[in-house]
Amino acid sequence: MRISTAQNAGAADRRRWGALMHELSIVSSVLDQLDELQKQHAGARFSKVGLRVGELAGVDVDCLRFGFECVVKDTGWEALVLEIEQVLRRQRCPGCSAEFQAENWATACPECGEAATITIAGEELQIAYVEVEE
Amino acid sequence: MSQIVVEKKVLNENQKLAAELREKFREHKILVVNIISAPGSGKTTLLERTLERLDKSKRVVLLTGDLQTENDATRLAQWGFPVKQIITGGTCHLDAKMIERHLAEWPLESFDLLIIENVGNLVCPTSYDLGEHFKIVMLSVTEGEDKPLKYPSIFVKSELMILSKVDLLPYVPFDAELAKSHARSVHPGIRIIETSSKGDGLDEWMKWLEEKLAAVKSGELVSA
Repeated sequence: MRISTAQNAGAADRRRWGALMHELSIVSSVLDQLDELQKQHAGARFSKVGLRVGELAGVDVDCLRFGFECVVKDTGWEALVLEIEQVLRRQRCPGCSAEFQAENWATACPECGEAATITIAGEELQIAYVEVEE
Repeated sequence: MSQIVVEKKVLNENQKLAAELREKFREHKILVVNIISAPGSGKTTLLERTLERLDKSKRVVLLTGDLQTENDATRLAQWGFPVKQIITGGTCHLDAKMIERHLAEWPLESFDLLIIENVGNLVCPTSYDLGEHFKIVMLSVTEGEDKPLKYPSIFVKSELMILSKVDLLPYVPFDAELAKSHARSVHPGIRIIETSSKGDGLDEWMKWLEEKLAAVKSGELVSA
């Protein structure tokens, strides 16, 4: 965990951090996994990490970006670019197999009216890729 | 420039630990529920009413999370079941590691039910799997009826929604039917029970709990 770096931050930063504890621990987990990945790819210089964040993941993307800026300090990952792909909620109808985007959280099937549709996308909280500088 | 495809969950570590916890719960046939709501929706009160009603032969254990203080654990300990307070010291959610650490000293084989009262927060706890069978979301009638639309993730992931403080409905401008229809629009299969600290709905809630307890004991209900 990298939360301990919070001690190095100014008071104003720390106040802001309090509001994004959750995103901080998520950023921490991302960097922990990157450290692991770096071991498997010794010598490769990672320039970018791509995250995929579903709208049902319970993560605020702005907080995640700010948390990333705070946490990368003094970790060796300062130059890493964070790219976030936001994934909208998609549903599949078990009745007529229609797939659709849930607009305004309405999940009933727009084709046949079936109420109990299944979520097939939007819950992601994943590291999708890293880019390596040659 | 080349790309390494990673495709891994960000909370991989938590996920692994949650899977280990789930395996332990399965082995010892313990039902685990994770109760989530905004601060002040009545989680601790619901648990007090629950413990009061539970058959004393049931072996129940509680973990209750808060940023600070042991107040909730003190309130809940009155019923004689073992309670442990998890003080997160500022962290806005419980994670699998905290659960594992606080369960470590307890002999899991001697329990039937683990109730986890999460930190009061409708956002962050949603992302953390604790190995539970069910997340239960609580919404009280003194909040907004559009909360299922504002914080859909937790309503999508919860098996059951407890609509609490319904005894106050005559005094507050809360449209219960609208709240329930919002919850059902984000999660069509969600079960809803209306409760109050005066006793409304508690029989229905206890019945739900007893049914799930029986299903875990018989091996019919296994958490995925």
